[in-house]
Amino acid sequence: MMISDWLFDGALGLLLLTLAAAVLHTRQLYTSVVLFIAFGLLLALTWARLGAPDLALAEAAIGAGLTGALLLSALARIGTDAEPPVRSSPLSLISATLLALLVLIILLRAILPLADGPVLLTPLALEKLPGSGVDHPVTAVLLNYRAWDTLLELVVLLLALLGVRQLQPATQVIPKPWPLLLAWSRMLAPLALLVGGYVLWRGAFAPGGAFQAGALLAAGAVVLRLNHLLPPVSWQHWLVRLLVVLGLAVFLAVGLASIWLGHGWLEYPPAMAGGLILLIEIAATLSIATSLTLLVVGEKEELRA
Amino acid sequence: MQMSEYLHWLSWPLLLGGTFFFVAGTLGLLRFPDIYARLHAVTKADTLGLGLIVLGLCLRADGWQPVLMMLLTWVLVMASGATACQLLARYARDEDKSKDKYGDKYASKEARHDDQ
Repeated sequence: MMISDWLFDGALGLLLLTLAAAVLHTRQLYTSVVLFIAFGLLLALTWARLGAPDLALAEAAIGAGLTGALLLSALARIGTDAEPPVRSSPLSLISATLLALLVLIILLRAILPLADGPVLLTPLALEKLPGSGVDHPVTAVLLNYRAWDTLLELVVLLLALLGVRQLQPATQVIPKPWPLLLAWSRMLAPLALLVGGYVLWRGAFAPGGAFQAGALLAAGAVVLRLNHLLPPVSWQHWLVRLLVVLGLAVFLAVGLASIWLGHGWLEYPPAMAGGLILLIEIAATLSIATSLTLLVVGEKEELRA
Repeated sequence: MQMSEYLHWLSWPLLLGGTFFFVAGTLGLLRFPDIYARLHAVTKADTLGLGLIVLGLCLRADGWQPVLMMLLTWVLVMASGATACQLLARYARDEDKSKDKYGDKYASKEARHDDQ
């Protein structure tokens, strides 16, 4: 069995490197984007092989799916006839190589110690798990031990959306959808809702969580919007704005409340930890789904206040 | 022999058949001349190839839950593959139509591309 494992992993690694090189060196932007999506899916498979299903889910939903959709919609706005990228000068090539080597050294310094000894963080995370309010160590890290980081991730998403709003992206003409696509999206959207809810609920005890669930919900909404089955999600509507800031607001409220109750910033009372984490995750999922939908299909009239 | 061993042996032809359709589909995608023939080849891998592999793996599964999940995956991949195939083929047909309409302009552009 060892040999087949090596064959599979070797082929996967080689494919990843080949695809990465192809993404960078393809002349046409469209081909580049499609290859990038394939790269993301293979990367998700790699994470799964490494025993990190959480990362695999996130990579498939966000890295391949969502980023791919964002790149494609950006490409649709600038047009596929855009100028091919200018060949870079030798100087920039040399500096890019130096930079890449520097990053490689930093990464190696981070990875090599892992091969030597046992990881100290894993037992620590598992030890504190009973009091964290959830049964899945990754969710415990994301929403309890390191909740501050997750809160800042939501801030980053909000800032990105506000930045795009300032840019006022040009309206892209959505062609009239074919009946077949309409029928398929009518089936796909409820499925995205169902799987999104399932992934969110599962996050408490198994791989899953707010970001993946949000990306799935957003995918359903985007499919519906692109097929004219959903009216424009307008920024003017109070509900949209509320949904966008809801996750951050609930997170901050929980943080402030935990200070007020005398536990400290984002230190949940152990008895309520499970409920609070679920509350934050639901709010964050709705926010992430709305923000991502607006990022992909949001246009001038939709993002205008 | 036990039942599970029979099923194990029975799964081999299915798995090999599935692999064959995947390889054939990939070859077709690479070697066939136009988009319609390529779509024809590659959707065989999606539907028949994946279906045979899923059936083969179902015979080796421990319980009914993985079986249901694999069958669901197959149905979803099949449906999305069929939809994507139709969309690509219709897009190509529309492009062909517009090429016929403004034949000269596009044809000469194509020819120039071929020369390079």
